[in-house]
Amino acid sequence: MLAYAAKRLALAILVALFVSAVAFALLRLSGDPALAIAGEGARQADIELVRKTYGLDRPLIVQYLDWLCTIARGDLGQSLYFRTDVSGLVADKLPVTFWIGGLSILFALALSIPLGVLAAVFAGTSIDRAALAIAVVGQALPTFFFALVLMMLFSINLRWLPVSGSDTWAHFVMPTIALGYYVTPPMMRLVRAGMIEVLGSDYIRTARAKGLSGTSVVFKHGLRNAVVPVVALAAVQLGYLLGGSIVIETIFALDGLGYLAYQSITHKDFPVTQAVLLLLSLIYVLLTLAADLLNAFLDPRIRVS
Amino acid sequence: MDGTIITPVVAPTPAEGALPAPGVLRRVLGHPGLVAGMVLLGLCVAMALLAPLLAPYDPYAQDLNQRLIPPVWFEKGSWAHPLGTDNLGRDYLARTLYGARISLLIGLSAMLISGLIGTTLGLVAGYLGGRVDLFVNFIITARLAMPVVLVALAVVAMIGGSLLVVILTLGLLKWDRFAVVMRSATMQVRALDYVAAAEAAGASRLRVLAGEILPNVFPHLIVVATVEAGSAILEAALSFLGLGVQPPLPSWGLMIAEAKSFMFFSFWLIAIPGTALAALVLGINMVGDGLRDVFAPEGRA
Repeated sequence: MLAYAAKRLALAILVALFVSAVAFALLRLSGDPALAIAGEGARQADIELVRKTYGLDRPLIVQYLDWLCTIARGDLGQSLYFRTDVSGLVADKLPVTFWIGGLSILFALALSIPLGVLAAVFAGTSIDRAALAIAVVGQALPTFFFALVLMMLFSINLRWLPVSGSDTWAHFVMPTIALGYYVTPPMMRLVRAGMIEVLGSDYIRTARAKGLSGTSVVFKHGLRNAVVPVVALAAVQLGYLLGGSIVIETIFALDGLGYLAYQSITHKDFPVTQAVLLLLSLIYVLLTLAADLLNAFLDPRIRVS
Repeated sequence: MDGTIITPVVAPTPAEGALPAPGVLRRVLGHPGLVAGMVLLGLCVAMALLAPLLAPYDPYAQDLNQRLIPPVWFEKGSWAHPLGTDNLGRDYLARTLYGARISLLIGLSAMLISGLIGTTLGLVAGYLGGRVDLFVNFIITARLAMPVVLVALAVVAMIGGSLLVVILTLGLLKWDRFAVVMRSATMQVRALDYVAAAEAAGASRLRVLAGEILPNVFPHLIVVATVEAGSAILEAALSFLGLGVQPPLPSWGLMIAEAKSFMFFSFWLIAIPGTALAALVLGINMVGDGLRDVFAPEGRA
């Protein structure tokens, strides 16, 4: 287990470094930083002076390592559009995105586990096919279209929920449904496949032969074993969700990281884009690391191969 | 997974193993989900190909006297504009039909680029193994760590949105699934006897890859390629956010974005391109699922 964990951790660190290099390159490709600091219309001599003062004339690799040390201290630079430091800005928006991500995953689990179990227990019947239809349609619905349909239905026709904003819990209902439904299908398929495999195994037959009731067999013996890979998948899906929240947060004007990323991109405020890219990627790296370690801990076969 | 996916009316097909080596055509036609998917996808392709014949108007022609006319099934609608008109008086049927061209063009082109990158990486990693495999695995993990939408938005914002930029951006970003599936499929095939036989006969690595391995992982490639044509959905998301295809092109995502300010009173402006997009992706996914059942049943989840 330790050897596997060490190998997996090394991969995570390498990936994190690679992603940070991409984020660094993104900012550099977006324009000359010396020009941005000196301001529009600065004289060539002033730009040269800025370049020297800020160390922008050093080799790129040195600048990159220097930048790594700076962000390691929590300094993500200055926002060009919001005129504040990026770290504070990002820390401000992070909770909203965490809430929306966490709620969406819970929504997806609450939908996919019962549906997947039903589909597996009644495999091959019309219940199974109805559950699969929900999954197939869910995968095909564009999130932004689904979000607008929800908005039309719940905000405008029924007037139950506010259209946009992030002040009360009611603002989180539609974004949670729109994002959560999007990640439900793969989780539902995994629950179904896992349950079918588990329900066909010997120990379930033994449990049934012992005379245990159907529900006890399905939930106590079956689901407990089928749900493990689903939890790991949920961690990975949470990473996807945080990326997908850009579209949803923008539609509902939810004041989180995704909306911030969208605003920073449209205003060409690339230090903020860079910080969000870095942060979302690092969260994903951590989540997949946790999921892999959890899987390896629970299933010894993974550690060996 | 059982073959029948969506049409609950049709009785389930008998277990595949019970059929005495059925022909491919029979297996395809015996799979209601696959048939339904092919019909949906076929409709979208027909829309795209026949757009100039079917469209009653030029999709770019504006008529400011004919703005926001509702579709024919509304009280104020008329057969002059069966799907109504948008805020600039452009015929919505014509725009929706031409929109199929953009979605399919972007989906297919991006799929070709990402397929080329991902398949090469996957084949090489799966066949050579060792350090090459470690490296490719690293590249895949790093690519997956970065959110596609965010990177694509940033790139398009820097370079400027156009059809070509969107195709290239999506193509260069979305190769991960090709690489993952091709890698594991190649690993399975590599261990088989006929690969060892070809190597013993002195075939070069390239020859073994192209002649022995590629034909045998081809079913998996077809399945992934089908599903990846659904990248059209990402184009629509980018265009919806204003950082994809630019106006006045009739992209379904862009049409939804343009209709957003009129959604309270003219929701059909969003519902029509949205339904078209959902139908296209639904068709693609159903064909992908069906092909997996028919051609590569061992790989299904």
